[in-house]
Amino acid sequence: MVLLLIGLTAILVVSVFLAIGLGSAIVPPTDTARYLWAAVTGGSILPDEVTRYQIIWQIRTPRVLLAVVVGAGLAAVGATIQALVRNALADPYILGVSSGASVGAVSVSLLGALSVLGIYAVSVGAFIGAMGATLLVYGIAYGKVGVSPLRLVLTGVALSFGFQAIMSVMIYFAPTSEATGTVLFWTMGSFGAATWGSIPLAALFVFVGIITLHRYSRPLDVMSLGDETAASLGIDSMRARKGLFVVTAVMTGAMVAVSGTIGFVGLVIPHITRMLIGATHARLLLVAPFIGAILMVWVDLLARVLVAPRELPLGVLTALIGVPVFIYLMRRKGYVFGGK
Amino acid sequence: MMDLLVKDLTVTIDGRNLVDRLGLRVPSGEVVGLVGPNGSGKSTALRCVYRALKPTSGVVRVGEADLWQLPLRESAQRIAALTQEGSADFDFTVEEIVALGRSPHKRGNEPLTDEEHDLCVQAMQQMDVLELASRGILDLSGGEKQRVLIARALVQQPSILILDEPTNHLDLRHQIQLLGYLRRCGLTVVIVLHDLNLAAATCDRIGVLSEGRLFASGAPQEVLTEALIAEVFGVPVSVVRHPITGDPQLLFAVDGEQESLSRR
Repeated sequence: MVLLLIGLTAILVVSVFLAIGLGSAIVPPTDTARYLWAAVTGGSILPDEVTRYQIIWQIRTPRVLLAVVVGAGLAAVGATIQALVRNALADPYILGVSSGASVGAVSVSLLGALSVLGIYAVSVGAFIGAMGATLLVYGIAYGKVGVSPLRLVLTGVALSFGFQAIMSVMIYFAPTSEATGTVLFWTMGSFGAATWGSIPLAALFVFVGIITLHRYSRPLDVMSLGDETAASLGIDSMRARKGLFVVTAVMTGAMVAVSGTIGFVGLVIPHITRMLIGATHARLLLVAPFIGAILMVWVDLLARVLVAPRELPLGVLTALIGVPVFIYLMRRKGYVFGGK
Repeated sequence: MMDLLVKDLTVTIDGRNLVDRLGLRVPSGEVVGLVGPNGSGKSTALRCVYRALKPTSGVVRVGEADLWQLPLRESAQRIAALTQEGSADFDFTVEEIVALGRSPHKRGNEPLTDEEHDLCVQAMQQMDVLELASRGILDLSGGEKQRVLIARALVQQPSILILDEPTNHLDLRHQIQLLGYLRRCGLTVVIVLHDLNLAAATCDRIGVLSEGRLFASGAPQEVLTEALIAEVFGVPVSVVRHPITGDPQLLFAVDGEQESLSRR
């Protein structure tokens, strides 16, 4: 296990380094290393290198680091949500978080609300939208005996359609074509807007979140056995689920606010990780974030080099990779998905 | 060892009394069976004992303690249950599932001690699933799964064991083995069984539930009479004595001309 983690850390570091050097303008590894060293230590570079230095340090490094943060976060949240709602098909956006965030972001950028917040207005709008959607879904799903996993999933799916309809209406009546671009960003995801300013807060939410979720590994194991069995093992699923949903919703909201919604990562990475190391959450919640981060770094690299100088939306690539993986998983385990 | 006492237990959902002023005393170390037709409230009553469902009114006592006043963890240290839920949706291994039985005795992610690992091995041996230890739970047959879940309940080291239809999916040999173990283990056991002959052979006492109430209770030979079965289950039977043990055993005749199922 320790060896595995060391190996994954090594792969992650190498991936990050390579992804910073590669792109539409390729910077040789030695130069990349030199620029990074200069930036961290405050060393000097030659005057004609300034442009390349800026590409490396101001554009690519924050972008790749954000990919690490979001990839890790989506994997951890996905694994947790799947256990919480006891549904292998769940993902971080199951509670309407993504479409809620999109509505929040798009209404901010179209209506000009929250303009006092300057460049953060849209992100804050997305975060508020995500939180609002989660609360709404939770409130509607809440019944006499608490919140059942199935009710949550169904409410989330239903409200997502509602939010998407609202968004379609907003785009339809929007005065500019800019709105379409905004919507594409929020529904397909991109790290193109990454700056050094947007990283610390997102990283804080995600890493504190992952540590918190990991502390609940055993309760998550127990809850995967069902609410009644969990009660007989001393775990109050209703209460635990409520608390853990808050954690995952805040994490997802923070991630959506900086990168939009990137599909399939939170769905597929937990499954791939389970196939590799088993379903126990103490291990799953350690390993899945690494695999998610590594995959996200490479997917983002593909997104910016495949059709350079243009960029592919991340959701397109994750879907291209995720859909076949998903179908394979579903067919392999068909009896589990369809059986109950 | 602790007695289990259920008094005036009532569960009302949507104005219907699923369990109606149910009273039941299970002395320490006895095996008590609950039998009754579908929907008679057996599982609902048991849910109130392993704390998956809060009763509308009534008391459940374990020893001196009022069960519903205890922290959930503490009651889980005293009472283990095999529920009717399926196992996990994710591919935990058999030993991982069994080890989860220790969770009421653990804080957070605290790892199991060596003694606790030994305990898991013993329980798996007891339930004849040791050779499956590293297999995935999703690959097992229904009966194997059931035995794994019972091993998990044993690892909990409870004083009271609640089993809701534990013989489901088990073949004859494993049914007899399990019930024999329950008689030997010295735990206080409450068990729901649909097979009345197995209930008669296993239980010290049997409670018969009908429409949420305790219809009758007592030793098997007192309870399992032709008249009672006819009244509660609506089925004619002949009761005979087991030639060796003397337990009451029921003989059925399946008649193609019988009345429809909808008649109670």
